Amino acid sequence: METRHEIRFVLNDTEKSVANVSASQTLLDYLRLDQRLTGTKEGCAEGDCGACTILVGRLHDGVLKYEAVNACIRFLASLDGCHIVTVEHLVGPEGRLHPVQQAMVEHHGSQCGFCTPGFVMSLYALWMEISDPSEREIETALQGNLCRCTGYEPIIRAAQAVSQHGTPASDHLNRERSHNTSMLKALRDGSRVVTGPKDNRAILPANADDFAALLVEHPDATIVAGATDVGLWVTKFLRPISPAIFIGHLDDLKTTKIGETHMIIGAGVTYSEFGPLVAKHFPFLSDYWNRIAGWQVRNMGTIGGNIANGSPIGDTPPVLIALGAEVTLRRGSDRRTLLLEDFFVDYGKQDRAAGEFVESIRIPLPHSGQLDAAYKISKRRDEDISSVAVGISVKVEGDRISEARVVFGGMAATPKRAASAEAALVGQPWSEATFDTAAEALPRDFAPLSDWRASSNYRMRAAQNLLRRFFLEHDGAADLSVRLSA
Amino acid sequence: MKDETTIHGAVHTDLQHDSAIKHVTGRATYTDDIGEPVGTLHAYLGVSTETHARIRNMDLSSVLAVPGVVGVLTAEDIPGHNDISPTGRNDEPVFPTDKVEFNGQPLFAVIAETRDMARRAAELAKIDYETLPHALDAVAAQEAGYPHITDPLTLSRGDAGPALDAAEHRIAGRLVVGGQDHMYLEGHIAFAIPGEDDDVIVHCSTQHPSEAQHMVAHVLGVPSNAVTVNVRRMGGGFGGKESQMNLFCAVAAIAAKKWGRAVKIRPDRDQDMTATGKRHDFVIDYDIGFDDDGRIQAVDGSFAARCGFSSDLSGPVTDRALFHADNAYFYPHVRLESHPMKTNTVSNTAFRGFGGPQGVIAAERIIEEVAYALGKDTLEVRKANFYSGDGRNLTPYHQKVEDNIIGRVVEELEASADYQARRAAVLDQNAKGGVIRRGIALTPVKFGISFTATWYNQAGALVHVYNDGSIHLNHGGTEMGQGLNTKVAQVVADTFQVDVDRIKITGTTTEKVPNTSATAASSGSDLNGMAALDAAEQIKARLVDFAIERWQAEPSEVRFLPNRVQIRDEVIAFNDFIKQAYMARVHLSAAGFYKTPKIHWDRASGKGRPFYYYAYGAACSEVEIDTLTGEYRVLRTDILHDVGRSLNPVLDKGQVEGAFIQGMGWLTTEELWWNDAGRLRTHAPSTYKIPLASDRPRIFNVKLADWSENREMTIKRSKAVGEPPFMLGISVFESLSMAVASVADYRECPRLDAPATPECVLMAVERLKGRGAS
Repeated sequence: METRHEIRFVLNDTEKSVANVSASQTLLDYLRLDQRLTGTKEGCAEGDCGACTILVGRLHDGVLKYEAVNACIRFLASLDGCHIVTVEHLVGPEGRLHPVQQAMVEHHGSQCGFCTPGFVMSLYALWMEISDPSEREIETALQGNLCRCTGYEPIIRAAQAVSQHGTPASDHLNRERSHNTSMLKALRDGSRVVTGPKDNRAILPANADDFAALLVEHPDATIVAGATDVGLWVTKFLRPISPAIFIGHLDDLKTTKIGETHMIIGAGVTYSEFGPLVAKHFPFLSDYWNRIAGWQVRNMGTIGGNIANGSPIGDTPPVLIALGAEVTLRRGSDRRTLLLEDFFVDYGKQDRAAGEFVESIRIPLPHSGQLDAAYKISKRRDEDISSVAVGISVKVEGDRISEARVVFGGMAATPKRAASAEAALVGQPWSEATFDTAAEALPRDFAPLSDWRASSNYRMRAAQNLLRRFFLEHDGAADLSVRLSA
Repeated sequence: MKDETTIHGAVHTDLQHDSAIKHVTGRATYTDDIGEPVGTLHAYLGVSTETHARIRNMDLSSVLAVPGVVGVLTAEDIPGHNDISPTGRNDEPVFPTDKVEFNGQPLFAVIAETRDMARRAAELAKIDYETLPHALDAVAAQEAGYPHITDPLTLSRGDAGPALDAAEHRIAGRLVVGGQDHMYLEGHIAFAIPGEDDDVIVHCSTQHPSEAQHMVAHVLGVPSNAVTVNVRRMGGGFGGKESQMNLFCAVAAIAAKKWGRAVKIRPDRDQDMTATGKRHDFVIDYDIGFDDDGRIQAVDGSFAARCGFSSDLSGPVTDRALFHADNAYFYPHVRLESHPMKTNTVSNTAFRGFGGPQGVIAAERIIEEVAYALGKDTLEVRKANFYSGDGRNLTPYHQKVEDNIIGRVVEELEASADYQARRAAVLDQNAKGGVIRRGIALTPVKFGISFTATWYNQAGALVHVYNDGSIHLNHGGTEMGQGLNTKVAQVVADTFQVDVDRIKITGTTTEKVPNTSATAASSGSDLNGMAALDAAEQIKARLVDFAIERWQAEPSEVRFLPNRVQIRDEVIAFNDFIKQAYMARVHLSAAGFYKTPKIHWDRASGKGRPFYYYAYGAACSEVEIDTLTGEYRVLRTDILHDVGRSLNPVLDKGQVEGAFIQGMGWLTTEELWWNDAGRLRTHAPSTYKIPLASDRPRIFNVKLADWSENREMTIKRSKAVGEPPFMLGISVFESLSMAVASVADYRECPRLDAPATPECVLMAVERLKGRGAS
């Protein structure tokens, strides 16, 4: 196998080949400090404000797709083979404003202007995907963009007006699509990339097998998929990550197989890539899925990463465990599969041996008669970390509950099943009283923490009430709505 | 075809922000975007990890040993005064020498070749502390016997004590109102370039360039004329850059002079949020008396604020809380006192409304108490207590409310928002029971305009007309997104009757206009617009004199038409006219000045006219809450707001919309949370949650009261707009309160505290249900 020592990508309209790229080199610093492209701003350096939003174009199965991502927590090394598009690339010949920019000016979408380039880029990505977006779709696309001045109203109006100024088909990224596609194809030489100084090494495996081999060789390496967590280790905690093995580009970790009874998804599938499958196979999860982080982070973050980092407040483990998901770990060419709930051992400790990585997740498809729900509670509705999250899966036979899985995040050191609450449900009649009993059993399962997201008391009371919500929502008897307006 | 009947950008017309195109293209230059001279160094702050402690020893040898580190700055390296207290109380060192007084307090700065090097090295200090007991909030400080950090204020009128005793109904209660981080998208930054002799130029992001200039001179021990401070624009300010930038300017300037190289300092978001001040949180105790009709008879209120370790602006902030504790209501007997408490936290500072919102929300809580106690609609109680004619128009600080339009504003909004029918529908819906409950509330705002420090109510401007007819405009105000430069340019364009595009808007610099006031207290357009008008009118007067002389015309025969000048029957293009004036040696440059008339304030007696006028507004919000989880949604908000005769309606509307959302955030999801050890744990957008687009009301109708006109002689009869609409967010808080109250059939005021996070709402629901959390 060939080894390359440069990171190669296209920046706006220029092909770049950069040698000696440190693992911890962020894209934002590269743009602002090295390239003097200062239109992209640093607001938080943690992927939460969107001022640094840029587009990344990437080939997937030969098709070029552009996505909005946060440059602040994105490592430059992970951009190998990508097209980076910054706000500077939007203005047309003779300084003609892009339709998104025209709409923002016309509707007074900027005040202080510091967040504005980030909004422009998010709206650009949205417009290329949906040229006539609904208010709801706009809000979803802007979950990762903070504005402190306007109150957002004029930005929403601008987003609705973009198509009055042009069509996505006439946009230059679309007009130059075949040219850009072939440029990116040419950059893909199938080699392994090793770059950066010895104490800040970045390694990009050529494929999943190469990754497996490299990880056996470097069992202490930091695995970087979407970088939505590792990015903060660097930007906020100044932690060394060398050697870092980047895997976000590995298409063979992004495969999805859907069978009769279950689906298997590669660990490298991002939240956004999984979105359409949620709508099709787990419709109950759609609202929840769109409340995981913001759009930019969903475009970067992977389901495998959300599992592997072992956080007690990860958004996906509760519902995946409730659905009975299994995880396949790989070391070299050895594989083993275990129930996801068994993967989480304790706070900061997972059942993952040195040199092992999460390769795929197997999720049983819901049966008919199975009642599923996923709820998330957070201080702010969108782009917030949950104070409590729950996945619930219940099977009712006749008028009795025959199976129940109730899994909480944010209530213990790991995502954890509520054994006592489940026991209080199984074998009991489907009734409000049964769910009240299960709710009353929860303090036997959990003693949650108090922190800045919520107090222990609140976590417990809200968790109990989510069981009551589950009953009310699925009972069908209640004639009043049990959920807030969308 | 060019329109010859009007100019482009006339006053009272919509005009886009002058930098709008630069904003959307990323070409607007912020301080961090300025090209750095070769050899620029970078500074980073090293901060305390203790909350209250004596410094036994500070060992910075490991910091200095890091490759790329050029040196460190400590208190000993300050050539002038180690003090940046904005009110001259000498209680805020750049770096403390013997004692740390809050967790995250800057203790030293590292200067290195790159920001990354400086930042990493700053972590390596070895500091030996002797820890001391700490008090974090106002109540703990009072219990621990901490002092007032600055002089408290008492306002009184009538005799509150006996009036309370005599009242038909009496209620006492407590409201806890949280603080707020500014969360401007552009954090603090200063970039100093040393010059010859004592000179230094500082580019920074401050609302108060003159103060930054004076502070830099003070710490360097040089006269102010050696220091130039430049601000082209800020990426948001909201009060957070009124005094808080002084530290960064001081550090950058000291380092730049010490090493003779340009020095930039930019904290990361965590440090920005932990090391700089925020909105004061308040604990408000009230004792009120009222009659059967819901008329308030007496109010006794105590306003204790967490001020932090130094006074900063806490004096005027807590004063303004008292000035607004009446909101739009007449209190026949009233006694209000402030308790600005010293605490072991970062020194709190200015934030949009400057204490006013904390006063207004107390008034609105009082209204709620009365309404729930009597089983009345809160709006009915509000109306019963509005300021009105003689005998009911005197504020607790003895200023007469002479420009009262709150009645009309509320009446119009009540109709346009269909308040009565919607309230009936909410009551019907809630009567059905269920876990989702609704609430609706219509709340007014009356906000006093002027700095209460009377001498701040002055401004200067500089206007040059070049001999090609182009115009250069400069004034002492700073641009932080509010469109101040656009509005002031419109005033100048209007004066000369030229298209606004002819006017070059320039960055604020202490070299052009001296001794300016902060762009704060909503005063930017009022003060700087008038100063620019004065400058433009001086030049215009010279031009008229010139025309009279040259054309032998009467004054009435000289008319400034759009982009032209008519003298008798001759019409000349503006450019040509200016060229002729120049050739005739007319002075085409002028410095303008303005000071607000009529205002005076005697703090000792608590009497005077601190405010030139009031701005008014009202909002009606409807919410629904989930009584299982405390989560909520704002369904609809209608706003009618008074900006007098707007200089630029579309920009003013933008201020109203933005202020409302920011005010809503203050009272809902924005929570500052310190752990017991004194560390602020909500210090970045990952943990501190400001509203998102999806938090906007599902229906949002915002209107300006286009019939309003300032009765005072303000700039083109407009009114200030920055702060007043912030308090419209209280309508959301009060509608949440009503939704909560529904679970106990509205018999009790829920006494929701702010911010009303989902947790706070659920706990209020549970409290009213009478079973408490398990």
